[in-house]
Amino acid sequence: MSDAILSLSDVTKQFGSLLASDSVTLDLRPGEIHALIGPNGAGKSTLIKQIAGEIKSDRGDIHFNGQNINALDAVARSRMGLARTFQVSSLMPEFSVLQNVMLARQSVSGKVFRFFKPVLGDKSLVDPAMAQLERVGLADRAQMRAADISHGERRQLEMAVALALEPKAFLLDEPMAGMGPEGSKRLTGFLDGLRGQAPILLVEHDMDAVFALADRISVLVYGRIIATGTVDEIRGNDDVKRAYLGEEA
Amino acid sequence: MTMNREFLINSILAIALITVPLIALGMDEPFIITLATKVAIFAMAGVGLNLVLGYGGLVSFGHAAFFGIGGYAAGILASHALNYEPIMESPFLIEGTTQMIIIWIVALIVSALVALLIGAITLRTSGVYFIMITLAFAQMIYYFAISWPAYGGEDGLSIYVRNGFPGINTLDPISFFALCAVMLAIAMVFSAVLIRSRFGLALQGARQNAQRMTAVGIAPFRIRLVAFVISAMITALAGALYADLNRFVSPTMLSWHMSGEIMVFVILGGVGRLFGPLAGAALYIILEHLLGGVWEFWQLPLGVLLLLVVLFARGGLVGVLAGERKHV
Repeated sequence: MSDAILSLSDVTKQFGSLLASDSVTLDLRPGEIHALIGPNGAGKSTLIKQIAGEIKSDRGDIHFNGQNINALDAVARSRMGLARTFQVSSLMPEFSVLQNVMLARQSVSGKVFRFFKPVLGDKSLVDPAMAQLERVGLADRAQMRAADISHGERRQLEMAVALALEPKAFLLDEPMAGMGPEGSKRLTGFLDGLRGQAPILLVEHDMDAVFALADRISVLVYGRIIATGTVDEIRGNDDVKRAYLGEEA
Repeated sequence: MTMNREFLINSILAIALITVPLIALGMDEPFIITLATKVAIFAMAGVGLNLVLGYGGLVSFGHAAFFGIGGYAAGILASHALNYEPIMESPFLIEGTTQMIIIWIVALIVSALVALLIGAITLRTSGVYFIMITLAFAQMIYYFAISWPAYGGEDGLSIYVRNGFPGINTLDPISFFALCAVMLAIAMVFSAVLIRSRFGLALQGARQNAQRMTAVGIAPFRIRLVAFVISAMITALAGALYADLNRFVSPTMLSWHMSGEIMVFVILGGVGRLFGPLAGAALYIILEHLLGGVWEFWQLPLGVLLLLVVLFARGGLVGVLAGERKHV
């Protein structure tokens, strides 16, 4: 418990009469993929936003890398090493694929306020950005506008941007969303190898991917975690079956 | 290919700006030289605004504030110097000056400080609110200038002799034009370099997707604030030149009409295009000169033109001639 990279305790957020997250306690340990599953509207994306610092929690504590980050905003949390991807790709549409990744490298370098050196000739940004594009298999799209690449490629680009941040933990909000079976399979393989770099909190609807990847699974229903455990434990849990997985599991 | 075409258009614009006054000099038409000088100065004001409006996506409707601050820097310093009245005597003596270089430095510093203050407040808003609050700040400064009798109030302030620049007879129209054209060129080169830098990448990123900026750990606010200050400084420098061109500064330079005009230069010429403000200012002055003489309501066709640009040609004049902009 104590060596968790990310840990949430009693995290709560209420929108009007809706409890989007209800006393959520959750942790992410080094080297693991922790999947967060739950029916639509369970509050998974809200929880990701709370962790990323885009939504302020009403109550509870979030510790990251041994530090309480309740008071930090999204920019500060990202700089601490918390990289998130978005459920709906969120990129710079007019920038090239390469520039999208370079912006992340720029942030990591900590030198954003440089006014004179041309950025496209800056090897200290271009080279590591290209390296990440190669990792996700987008190197040949580097010069295309992000708006002009396919949906699946944009999902890959989201991953490349997150990787470029060299994070200490990944928050992946449905990385498979809208990907075909081929793409999902490839991404599953890719994420499998990623846990060695940094642990992943994975929100995903694709159950094949979740069962293949997750070391632990937490099930969120109406903002509450109703169960946390290994794949087998979750599969065998009656509450989970009733609330979420239904007969098919 | 489009890049090459834009380069061609830009070259033609630059060459035209330089040759027209030279031809006018040969034909002994000083008025044309003055018009070209006005184009260069307005273009420079537009280059300043374009930085935030075009590259940063921030629609500032208050840039007249900075244009006017530059103008008043020239007017106030010159009037003190010409009247032999120090600006202040205690605790230490500050005198006026008729040296453009000192005036420009003052214009840059004052506009930067004012922009820092205005930007720090307005940049917390966005969209229509940002437009309205920048307008409100500019109007505050406008009414302040009107109601402050020390420097002419509503009547404005005359600069009896154009301020000086080492080695140049600034009263000679073509020399003063050359000075303004060089200043414009410096502003444009500076702007071009800025846009291609790390800072420029971040500024354009913040325009496209602030959520993504935040997620990669760059705060859009700080980027925008720095851009707002730089933008204001360029526009203020243009304002100082404009006061010297007219040898007169009045609250008109601070009014919302002026903010609108600077915005028109940018939109007409091409938002986010390096040469957009020059194209827009040139078109504006040509229209004003050709139509304004014969028709009182010359701004009516201008309005129609502007409407057409906004509806059908978002890249403005440069965009229409050079084609779609590729990614930066």
